[in-house]
Order: sequence, then structure tokens, then C-alpha cells
Amino acid sequence: MSFLDVTKSLSEGFLVTLIIFGITLAASLPLGLVITFGSMSKILPIRWITKVFVWIIRGTPLMLQVILIFYGPGLLNLSIRFDRLPAVLIAFIINYACYFSEIYRGGIESIPKGQYEAGQVLGLTKTQIFFKVVLFQVIKRVVPPMGNEIITLVKDTSLARVIAVAELVKSAEEIISVKGIIWPLFYVGAFYLLFTAFVTFLLHLAEKKMSYYSA
Amino acid sequence: MAFLEVHDIFKSFGKTEVLKGVDFSLEKGEVLVIIGSSGSGKTTLLRCLNFLEVPDRGSIVLNGETLLDSDSPKYSDKEKREKRLHFGLVFQQFNLFPQYTVLKNISLAPSLREFSGKKLSRADKKTELERINKHSMELLSKVGLAEKADSYPCQLSGGQQQRVAIARALAMSPDILCFDEPTSALDPELTGEVLKVIRGLKNSDRTMIVVTHEMDFARGVADKVIYMADGVIEEYGTPDEVFGAPKSEKTKAFLEKSNQNDSIA
Repeated sequence: MSFLDVTKSLSEGFLVTLIIFGITLAASLPLGLVITFGSMSKILPIRWITKVFVWIIRGTPLMLQVILIFYGPGLLNLSIRFDRLPAVLIAFIINYACYFSEIYRGGIESIPKGQYEAGQVLGLTKTQIFFKVVLFQVIKRVVPPMGNEIITLVKDTSLARVIAVAELVKSAEEIISVKGIIWPLFYVGAFYLLFTAFVTFLLHLAEKKMSYYSA
Repeated sequence: MAFLEVHDIFKSFGKTEVLKGVDFSLEKGEVLVIIGSSGSGKTTLLRCLNFLEVPDRGSIVLNGETLLDSDSPKYSDKEKREKRLHFGLVFQQFNLFPQYTVLKNISLAPSLREFSGKKLSRADKKTELERINKHSMELLSKVGLAEKADSYPCQLSGGQQQRVAIARALAMSPDILCFDEPTSALDPELTGEVLKVIRGLKNSDRTMIVVTHEMDFARGVADKVIYMADGVIEEYGTPDEVFGAPKSEKTKAFLEKSNQNDSIA
């Protein structure tokens, strides 16, 4: 099998990896903020339900969650079924939203009370204080820890393989088991390295863009 | 009836009673200075006036309008926002918004207030924004920092930040401007510029309430002085009365101690 052929089939796998990464990120970033509001809610039941939910999701393997969402509905005789890729996306989005929510919460709680009070005495509404005063400061503070999670997500996409989604690692596995060659595995490694390098670069740009003030 | 009438304010945090019945009044254009040792309730009193704390009991009446009355039903958030804007507050720690320029720090609240819930045409919005920016620049010149309009708070000294904070509070045109130990977070050589701005405001007849530990400044700027101790007003009078001839033993002891500290420093 030529280098070009391998590149071609790996690229197909990489496209699936990219889809999982992109959709998970785009959906879990805002969903995480919603979960944050739940875990910081003044209404005790909402707070506790959210906290228990986050505990379960963060406390069990993502692989288990992927398997459960894909096979669970069928085994429970529910009328709802998920295809492979949607099942992966649902599990990933929920899982990452929970991690992000805790990072957001840390960021929000690290903003000094004085920022809220300054907004209050100037007659701003709670919503204005959050979106116009606090949010940007939170984003600046959470970019480094979020970067960690996002880079983990790049590699976690390979867990989709567990329910036979043909992402990058699975594509490589098919080649090596059929053709009996090892080098595509290293080639796959290079794909991930380049991808994470690109993500790291973007994160660095974001940090730099927000470094115009220090606080 | 006086411009500001504060009556019978009580406030506890858990089991700790911080304010135990505070009464005072203030005329328009007067400067009230509140002195007292830490934990005497000065800051809490100021925070009650600014609606950052809700008193357990008591009433605040400004210019005939009841801003707070523990016997009347609770106000909605919107009413509360309107009422709190009669007061402005300058914090000990400045609390400027770090991500905005100096000018934006001042213009943010006026513009949000101007544009919220209103459908304005783009042109109208632009004229409004220009008006607000112009007014913000005027205030910035007033505190002597016009050339810092485009700087960020982190690029300013503490004294400059506090002067911006004063301009920001003035931008909401409060009836009464409150200062919570405005120079306590500053290096000694920076207090002067902030106190100068406050003196300047007094000369333009602004009604102010200042909590401070700067005794010489207090004596110079005040029309009325309150000495607070243990959550009550221990002594109230003109600066000459309170500083020159204090009636209460507690006040005498406090002033003597402050003098000693000053002479040591």
C-alpha cells in the first residue's frame, strides 16, 4: 500500500475526527456555561441536581458513556435509537460541557466581589454586570485551563472507535491489520501532533490577544 | 426637613450586630466625614446607603423621597436600581473594570443605561454616544487625567486609578457621593492627589459622605463629623466640636491615639 493510499484513507478518518472535535467543542462551550449557572444557582434543588450530574459524568469513563448512549436505548427497549456518530457526539458534548462548566465556575468565582459591586452601584442590571463586566474577565482567566481540556479533546476523539466510528485511529488500525505494516501508526501520531500544534497555536493567539491588560 | 435623613438603621451579620440604631441628617452641599476605628460599622453604614447591604431596620429619606423603609414592601430590582443611583460610591480598592480603557470605564454605565430597552436609530445612538463620551472626558479632565483616556487601569498608579473611579461615580450624577476609605489602599505619597480631588468637589458644593482615617483631611474638608464606635454614633458635630472639644471619653481616646500614630509616622 503506497504512502498516497494510506494518506487518503487516513484523511477520511481524520475528517471524522475533525467533525467530532469541532461539533463537540462548538456545542459544549455554551452548554458548559448553562451547567455552570445550574451549579451556582441559588435554588438548592437545581444546584444539587446539577452537582450530582456533573459528579456522575466526570466520575465515570467517557468510553462507558459512549457505549451506554449507543447501546443503552436498544437494551432498554426504548423507541429512541442513535446512530454511531450522533451517539458519540451526545456523549462527548455532555462530558465536555461538564468539565468546561467546572472551569467556568472556577473562573467566575475568581472574579473579585468588588467588580460586581462596582457594577451595582453604577445602576447596572445583573445581566449587564455579567455580560459587560464579568464575562470577558472570566474568559481571560479560563483560556489556559480550557486549552488543556481542548487538547485532551483532540486525543479523546479516538474513543469513538469503541463503537466502530471510523475516526483516525480506527482507519489506521484497519490498514495495519489488513496489510501487516506498522508505519501508518506513526503517521497517525503525526496527524495528532500537527493537530494539537495547530490548536496550541490558536490558544496562544487567544491568550496574546487578551494580554493587553493584566489583572 | 434635611436633604438626607437616615433614621434608626440596624444591621446584623449572623449574630454580630454591626449597626445598632444609626440616625443622622445631612444638608445639601455639605460634606459629612465619618471616622472611627475598624469594626465600628462605618463601612457597613456606607454600604447600606448604597444598597449593597439591606439594613434589618430603619429608613433613608432623600429630598423627601423614601429610598428605604423597613416597614414598606420590598422594591423590585428596577426600583432599587433607580433609588440606589441617588448615591454614588467610591471604593477603597477602586474596582475599575480592567478590560476597558479609562474612558470606557466612565462611559460604560451611562451608555448601558441610556441604550437599554430603547430602540434608537443608528444616528441617534451615535449622537448619544458622542454626548456621553464628551461628558466622560470632561469628568476625566476634572480629575486631571484627560491624557489617560485611552490607557488601561493596570497602566495607572493607584492614585490615578482612584481618581478615575471618582470620575466614574460622578458620571451617574449622584445626589450624594460616598467614599469608603478612598486613600487606605494607596501608598502615602499618592493620597494627596486623591484628597485634592475630593477637596475640589467640596468647592463645587457637592454633597458627600466620606469614611476616612486621614484626620487632618477630615478636619479640613468636613462640615459635619461623625465618630462611630460599636455600631452607634458616639459623637456628632462640626469639625471644631468633634476634633477641638470632644464630649465623649471614647472620642477623646480615639483622637489621642490617632494623633500619636500620626506623630510616630
